[in-house]
Amino acid sequence: MSLLTLENLSVTFGKFRAVDNISYSVKEGEVLGIVGESGSGKSVSSLSVMGLIDYPGEVSADNLSFADQDLLSMPEKQRRKITGSDIAMIFQDPMTSLNPCFTVGYQIIEALKTHDGGNKKVLRARALELLNLVGIPAPESRMNAYPHQLSGGMSQRVMIAIAIACNPKLLIADEPTTALDVTIQAQIIDLLIDLQKQKQMGLVLITHDLALVAEVAHRVVVMYAGQIVESGPANEVFSTPRHPYTQALLASLPESASGKARLEALPGVVPGQYDRPQGCLLSPRCPYATDHCRHVAPDSQGSLERQVKCHTPLDAQGRPAA
Amino acid sequence: MFQFIFRRLSLVIPTFIGITLLTFTLIRLIPGDPIEVMAGERGVSAERHAELSAQLGFDQPLYIQYFNYVSGVLQGDLGNSLVTREPVLSEFLALFPATIELTFCAAIFAILVGLPAGIIAAVKRGTLFDHSVMTFSLTGYSMPVFWWALLLMLIFSVNLGWTPVSGRIDVVYWIDNVTGFMLIDSILSGEEGAFSSAASHLILPSIVLGTIPMAVIARMTRSSMLEVLSEDYIRTARAKGIAPWRVIVIHALRNALIPVITVIGLQVGILLSGAILTETVFAWPGIGKWLIESIGRRDYPVVQGGILIVATIIIVVNLLVDIAYGIVNPRIRHSR
Amino acid sequence: MTTETLQAPVPRTPLQEFWHYFSSNKGAVAGLAFIIFICFMAIFADVVAPHSPSDQARDALLLPPAWLEGGNWVYILGTDDVGRDILSRLIHGARLSLAVGMVAVTASLLMGILMGLVAGYCKGVIDTVIMRIVDIMLAMPSLLLAIAIVAILGPSIVNAALAISIVSLPHYVRLTRAATMSEMSRDYVTSSRVIGASPLRLMFVCILPNCVAPLIVQATLGFSTAILDMAALGFLGLGAQPPTPEWGSMLADALQFVQRAWWVVTFPGLMILITVLAFNLMGDGLRDALDPKLKQ
Repeated sequence: MSLLTLENLSVTFGKFRAVDNISYSVKEGEVLGIVGESGSGKSVSSLSVMGLIDYPGEVSADNLSFADQDLLSMPEKQRRKITGSDIAMIFQDPMTSLNPCFTVGYQIIEALKTHDGGNKKVLRARALELLNLVGIPAPESRMNAYPHQLSGGMSQRVMIAIAIACNPKLLIADEPTTALDVTIQAQIIDLLIDLQKQKQMGLVLITHDLALVAEVAHRVVVMYAGQIVESGPANEVFSTPRHPYTQALLASLPESASGKARLEALPGVVPGQYDRPQGCLLSPRCPYATDHCRHVAPDSQGSLERQVKCHTPLDAQGRPAA
Repeated sequence: MFQFIFRRLSLVIPTFIGITLLTFTLIRLIPGDPIEVMAGERGVSAERHAELSAQLGFDQPLYIQYFNYVSGVLQGDLGNSLVTREPVLSEFLALFPATIELTFCAAIFAILVGLPAGIIAAVKRGTLFDHSVMTFSLTGYSMPVFWWALLLMLIFSVNLGWTPVSGRIDVVYWIDNVTGFMLIDSILSGEEGAFSSAASHLILPSIVLGTIPMAVIARMTRSSMLEVLSEDYIRTARAKGIAPWRVIVIHALRNALIPVITVIGLQVGILLSGAILTETVFAWPGIGKWLIESIGRRDYPVVQGGILIVATIIIVVNLLVDIAYGIVNPRIRHSR
Repeated sequence: MTTETLQAPVPRTPLQEFWHYFSSNKGAVAGLAFIIFICFMAIFADVVAPHSPSDQARDALLLPPAWLEGGNWVYILGTDDVGRDILSRLIHGARLSLAVGMVAVTASLLMGILMGLVAGYCKGVIDTVIMRIVDIMLAMPSLLLAIAIVAILGPSIVNAALAISIVSLPHYVRLTRAATMSEMSRDYVTSSRVIGASPLRLMFVCILPNCVAPLIVQATLGFSTAILDMAALGFLGLGAQPPTPEWGSMLADALQFVQRAWWVVTFPGLMILITVLAFNLMGDGLRDALDPKLKQ
């Protein structure tokens, strides 16, 4: 059964479409990786799932549902009951994501109190248990610490503790390790994956890190300029990418450049608000682009399980279909 | 925490020395012979001149004069008024409660109106309410206090007759001076109607004096709130599924208030100098009116002493605000 | 699919860009327009004003504004207690207020820049001494300090202007010092120092142009404080002396007629309010237009 379903979700800011008709779904206990360059709409799409898009941003979708409940039509109050308890989120920069005025304990207990209630003693015990669970040493003393007294890795552990406080069914991790030291990154990811397995949560892992996605994700969504260009089971997408963009992303990995003097790189940048090309959004950067690509935007092809948004999807040998 | 307070205290001492130097120098900057200037048009006889000169210590070297001045100040001796012959400090203490009463009410007015207006304007950013708050506060910020006082007096006292024109209480009441605060004394006196009379005398002066601080607080609160509302931790709070009012009141306000508290503290200076104008217009018997009258009478010891006391009060208030800032903001409290 | 493509904005010159941001702020433009208008009035006061500011019409004392009963279109805003035309006095008063503002702002700006540059550049003892003095001045409410200075030097326009410029000094010193310190740590300053630029060249050619934006904003806001403080001093009888047509002292002169003739009090005050508001509006607009942090 699918936990979270998005159908043709768009997020617009005024005239600009940050997220453009994307569809994907997450099943219970599944790890979905969303990859893409900066500004490709990864974060915005997940914020819209949380209901955190503010004016002037607008969310529209044919279907945005969680466990068969329509998130868009339900009253604000009911939606807040789901946010933070059934769906929780971890953000990019842990150092700024904790309120500097309150202790760690307060911020964890607040999450518990909002959704589960309970008396002070119970809440405190539960918060301690959570701190233990996310691997914070000496949790007793950390309870009364302020965020500025914690390191980045510690802060992210606290953020994870807050997120899993109410046993969410779905956890969205938005580049949870980008702002951390390389040595800490692996620990945080291990922690997340352990927790995911332990609690059988659905996990949406948003990241730049292809290797990480290849390692831990069951399914992958590749985003480019607000659109999903390719999606499918992780091993398939990485072994036989069908979209030129995915192919280029993989080619730019150091691992695929063994023996070569230089890393491969896709020329150009993601189109922004003012320079969206006609036709396929990748056409100015795509090595296989034809005149047809430059004028007509491609539709998604294939089943929801394995989609690709290209006129000439690549074959198993990595060459465009005729 | 104690270390923090101690550090702040040690910074205050040089500032205080500077203020005494300033007030000490001021009186010596009077062009010409200070004693003749003080005596005014009547002139002064040679013996009286020598006598005054010795009394004020003008015949001694400057550094001794300064030393005597500071040691006097530290013992609470600010000299005597040339007009009333009363010690400056006791005159000040007699009038100070009236000014405190006025500035306190003005500050309450400014905070009670300015803070919520700023918060709501930030939360409802871009709406009509926001625009009106911003327009009103900029107008209030540009307001010539003395004119505003006259205008309100003209409308509410003269034309509508809602509030009394000037003074602290109606002349029919004779209130014993117990605390010096008319609001309290009028209750203590037990006279019927005395309290409401005292309160109605306070309304217009408080509004007038509170207008500029209110405008400043509203603007500051709004911009501080806007900044905080776009912080990552507000997104975290909302991601917890907390009710919107709780996000604003608990998570945003606490952080937004940190700079606002500093600004509120800085308003004490504005309030005290605004009190000079407000008291003059409303004939409010406080230290502002006293200082202006002393300047008119060339009562220099009073001017000197009054400025010293007011500046000291402001330094002390700023120190207290600094400490309060440390209490609200854990980052400051723990560092150093 | 979105088919409409948004046009990329054409790159603009810094001046055009400044004007683009500034002109999008309606309040700031209104403020600027009023300031230009009032400057024009002040410069051509002799031509524009219908009467001489000191002409006393003995037959028209305390005449109400023209549109009221008993008014006379010869005296559009009415007359004061000795029959002087209020409008003419206001126009001539603008000359005085703007001149005082100009002198006070220029004087404190120059002094402030110099002190701030020196403090920020030299650091050490000189910096500490300058900043202590600034702190002491900031501990005094500006109006009180101005009153004290005028009380000592004697009430006159010149002394009031001097007092106002001294009082506003700390803000410029602080701003310049802060900007200097942050620029000093930049590589371009280090590199020109390595090349062998003299301290004076470093201070005035390298660093100063980079602190101009906040100083312009502060100077604009300084105008409004100067006009406000000048009026307050005039009102207290410590600034311009009668019969000089100064807005604050016009108000003070008219105090005893408040109940009989509201216009003698209302118009000078309104003039002060609008002028100060105009400078504040423009200052806000300038800050938004010049502050690169707020630009998207």
